[in-house]
Amino acid sequence: MILWRREIALAWAGGGGPLLACGFFLCLTVLVPLAAGGDPAGLKPVAGGIAWLALALSSILSLERLFERDLEDGALDLITLGPVPLELVVLTKAKAQWLAVGAPLALTAPVAAVTLGLPPALAPLVGLSALIGALGFALTGALGAALALGAKRGGLLIAVVVLPLFIPPVVFGAGALERAANGLSPAPALAFLAAYVLFAAVVTPFAAAAAIRNAQG
Amino acid sequence: MITVSSLTVSRGERILFRDLSLSLASGEALALTGANGAGKSSLLRTLAGFIRPDAGLVAFGDVEPAEARANHIHWLGHLDGLKTGRRARDELGFQAQWSGATADGIAAAVAVLALEPLLDLEVRKLSAGQRRRLAFARLIASPRPIWLLDEPFAPLDARWRAAIGLLMQAHLDKGGGLIAAVHDPLPLPARALDIGVGR
Repeated sequence: MILWRREIALAWAGGGGPLLACGFFLCLTVLVPLAAGGDPAGLKPVAGGIAWLALALSSILSLERLFERDLEDGALDLITLGPVPLELVVLTKAKAQWLAVGAPLALTAPVAAVTLGLPPALAPLVGLSALIGALGFALTGALGAALALGAKRGGLLIAVVVLPLFIPPVVFGAGALERAANGLSPAPALAFLAAYVLFAAVVTPFAAAAAIRNAQG
Repeated sequence: MITVSSLTVSRGERILFRDLSLSLASGEALALTGANGAGKSSLLRTLAGFIRPDAGLVAFGDVEPAEARANHIHWLGHLDGLKTGRRARDELGFQAQWSGATADGIAAAVAVLALEPLLDLEVRKLSAGQRRRLAFARLIASPRPIWLLDEPFAPLDARWRAAIGLLMQAHLDKGGGLIAAVHDPLPLPARALDIGVGR
């Protein structure tokens, strides 16, 4: 699809946004042990939670690029007058954001979590849950980016709008890791995580498309 | 092709125009004139569906407005919609294909607008006039009957104003129509509509 190829190319263009997000992610996970003092053993119980927090924060970084740039340079007007409904445009952009930024982050997450002291046996689960969660982050992130369209300092506004919406996936994602670490099945938490993603996939296209139309007017 | 009846549009508290009616027939060019801020761009944005009017109707013959906006309208705003960091070839490819152009159509547009030497450059290296030509290429590459143009000639030199005037005439001869917001007269026979006179 034409838009899909463009979005992936744009995500990697001009300084490689995904690499930036992964670098930011690693910096955050390095900072936490330093800030928490010299006892790495104390971090073990919260390693999964920290990895999820860092994942959520890193997912916000490139959201401003999603719609704001296209609004500024007039490309959004052109895209609106295309053969594809705006709702589908939003979904395509969010999915491209997931593949370009979320997937590299999901690959980085197990490394960071194990570095923080998570048992290596849980690394695949970290990667899987981060991959599901990153799709949720991309979808609700797209909604936040659309709502902040046209606002001055939109990037900051996106972070404030989006972070509260990121609470459920962080809770479910970190919960899955905690259950697994205690020998329980992580499936219920993963199911809640997937339910959040499905909900976001239904709500975001319509809400974000309405916000974009409003910003264009 | 377009019938506008008793249109009222306001931006914030200010009413730009009230009870505006106009029509555009096949093969006809309409030049919107008026002072800066009179509402020429807002009228074009209303026709394109970006602005919801306070009152009045915009109809596109027997075509549904949503269908007209998806497949029948070419929009060339005062912004070109080009990403400065990408190569001209990629941006032209995206814009033209998004508007429904085929590879043959794109090649024809490149030839007519002499874009070949620019295609491998990044958009940021192009001048404003070259960018406008690049953005204009999608109008040639993909045939859509209605052209909505906001200051299409602003950054162009005399040679390209004349050349694009001829392309507009060819579009009208094929049964298309166009509405352009302009300050200088269009280089082709056009009906003029002064916005903001009856205010």
